[in-house]
Amino acid sequence: MQKMAKTKNKLVTVTINGEQITVPAGTTILEAAKQAGFKIPTLCHHPDLKPRATCRLCLVEVKGQRRLQTACNTPVREGNEIITNSAEVREARKTILELILADHPQDCLKCSRNQNCELQKLADEYQIRENPFVVSAKNLPLEDSNPAIVRDMNKCVKCGRCVEVCQEIQQVGAINTANRSLAYGISTAFEEELADSTCTYCGQCVTVCPVGALKEKDDTARVWQALNNPELHVVVQTAPAVRVALGEEFGQKPGSITTGKMIAALKRLGFAKVFDTNFTADLTIIEESRELLKRLKDKGDLPLLTSCSPGWINFIEKMYPELLKHVSTCKSPQQMFGALAKTYYADKAQIPAEKIFVVSIMPCTAKKYECTRPEMKSSGYQDVDVVLTTRELAQMIKQSGLDFAALPEAEYDEPFGVSTGAATIFGATGGVMEAALRTVYETVAGKTLEDLDFKMVRGLDGIKEATVDLAGKKVKVAVANGLGNAKILLEMIKAGKCKYHFIEIMACPGGCIGGGGQPFGATKADKEKRLESLYAIDKKSKLRKSHENLAVTQVYDDFLRKTLDIYAHELLHTYYSDRKH
Amino acid sequence: MKDFMNELRKEQVLKIIKEKGATKENLLTILLTIQEASGRNYVHREWAKWVAEELGLPLSKVYDVLTFYAMFSTKPRGKYVLEICHSAPCHVAKSAAVVQMFTEELGIKMGETTADNLFTLQYTSCVGACDIGPVVKIGEKVYGNLTRDKVAQIIQTYREGASCLN
Repeated sequence: MQKMAKTKNKLVTVTINGEQITVPAGTTILEAAKQAGFKIPTLCHHPDLKPRATCRLCLVEVKGQRRLQTACNTPVREGNEIITNSAEVREARKTILELILADHPQDCLKCSRNQNCELQKLADEYQIRENPFVVSAKNLPLEDSNPAIVRDMNKCVKCGRCVEVCQEIQQVGAINTANRSLAYGISTAFEEELADSTCTYCGQCVTVCPVGALKEKDDTARVWQALNNPELHVVVQTAPAVRVALGEEFGQKPGSITTGKMIAALKRLGFAKVFDTNFTADLTIIEESRELLKRLKDKGDLPLLTSCSPGWINFIEKMYPELLKHVSTCKSPQQMFGALAKTYYADKAQIPAEKIFVVSIMPCTAKKYECTRPEMKSSGYQDVDVVLTTRELAQMIKQSGLDFAALPEAEYDEPFGVSTGAATIFGATGGVMEAALRTVYETVAGKTLEDLDFKMVRGLDGIKEATVDLAGKKVKVAVANGLGNAKILLEMIKAGKCKYHFIEIMACPGGCIGGGGQPFGATKADKEKRLESLYAIDKKSKLRKSHENLAVTQVYDDFLRKTLDIYAHELLHTYYSDRKH
Repeated sequence: MKDFMNELRKEQVLKIIKEKGATKENLLTILLTIQEASGRNYVHREWAKWVAEELGLPLSKVYDVLTFYAMFSTKPRGKYVLEICHSAPCHVAKSAAVVQMFTEELGIKMGETTADNLFTLQYTSCVGACDIGPVVKIGEKVYGNLTRDKVAQIIQTYREGASCLN
């Protein structure tokens, strides 16, 4: 404790542009300058990632040092006199920008990141008008052969953020630096396509890319086409994490709750029905709780691993196929929805399944792949036709000229409109676990759960654990977010050292709120705001336990129990494949 | 499709890894030994994958190493890689003429491999034998003070499969 106090008290006083500031030892020049009110431009730096200092844009003068220093990875030292905006510094940064731009296509108008590009912003700030260097645009082929992620290496600025998330945070290792000198760049192993690599389509690389080199596959045209087709009945489902992030695309604060406006926007875009993926999230909990209780009772394969996150499913199929028996057979809520929309809903609304077109709005890039999996056709048709990310939905809203802030609040349509707070928190890491525990507890204990908040499994920690007393039986659970953390638990299972009964895994750090399809530029602090909002919605919900969702009960009574068991099972459950890389 | 099977089988690659020690520090020496054992002076994707698996590394990291060092190739080369130095001292000693001698003698351009898969011509940076420049490096051997006769003789010697002392 004493030692900690000592380190904590160690302060350093420096002067930045003549202003004296005292900061804890170890603070970087970048951070100290920010606190003193000076912004230093960065391109490769990302606040949630380890500094790589490759772009050199954050150069500053430190008195007594012969050369300019990179602010992002240089800690301040006692007595430093730092100048962040001298003529020399500005000139150096401008030259660096000119060099980067000399190796970058000059076609901002055609770029998906136009007006939302970190390089473009810097070029504007530094008033790059004429480039003294010869612009040598490359002409590399676009990689767009998979359903989720598009790579345009012509636009890559080699900042390495994507490598940092893929190798260090997610530990997927699909992309890395390769070659050197002029040929240096980011590549998969042996330049193979993402589909042939270990890539899970989690899209974390896309969320950190400062330019338009990495993006989701744009499927908005397919949705516009469906909406314009009078033959089709186009319905849409929205994932829980979209409602607390979409607002950011329209200048609202991170975590703004936009459920009502989002529904109104979707209705105005022309969707016949706007449904809630939360409905099938509740259904997932019913199915998954049963599966857990059965495995506990029959001493089946434990721990049980959740199956909602398609990036995570890709990860275990490619990297740990020997552990697939642990994965819940429950389809993800998105796919359960698709299967029910083209069966139960088709019957109820008396619309032939082939006329129903199901669109999903997801915070996720891997969902684009999930809906194309060959086994996801249990309705007899592709259950979910198109998946759009939160960003793509925002794009459609903008194209329609809807004034998002001015939209009225609308409500979800029946029969997939009712949901519980338990379903809402699916969008947060730990949320599926908490929702399951609420239901499992009441099922086993046969009494009402007094305190619904399982705070142990909330928050942004990489791995969280808790022990729950289920009528005398101590059930140990764990929650991992980010595939690097998932790997730690998988290695434990592999070594036979896993003490947990039930584990929730989400591919993306923070869970779906931090998904690969969410608005650009979100930092950890922004993700926390999104999390808080999901828990706030849960807290305010009248129903907070999935088994209290009477609309779900109705689906069982009216449909699932009336069909063949085997068919009902096929609609809600799936299987996995060994795709060992 | 399985062209690599002709050169190295999985057991051979695993044996090399075992001999050198299956740890990350040994990555370079493992890859070099594999490249040498291939007889074609390259590392096939499949062999790199076995190395990655045994060392617990992503394949993309092995690929980074293979493409970072000029000594490695991921495409088949000749049995002998002739590396002509093009650093300043050899340049001054007319390495360009040496390039011409080799290309004429072998009938290939720089970067190419002869049809019998015996020789590949490529450049190298300084090998530290400036006193005898212009030089060519073949495997671990360096040949200096090159003349047209010497070049022809070197090629002849390697063709005959015998090793040649300087």
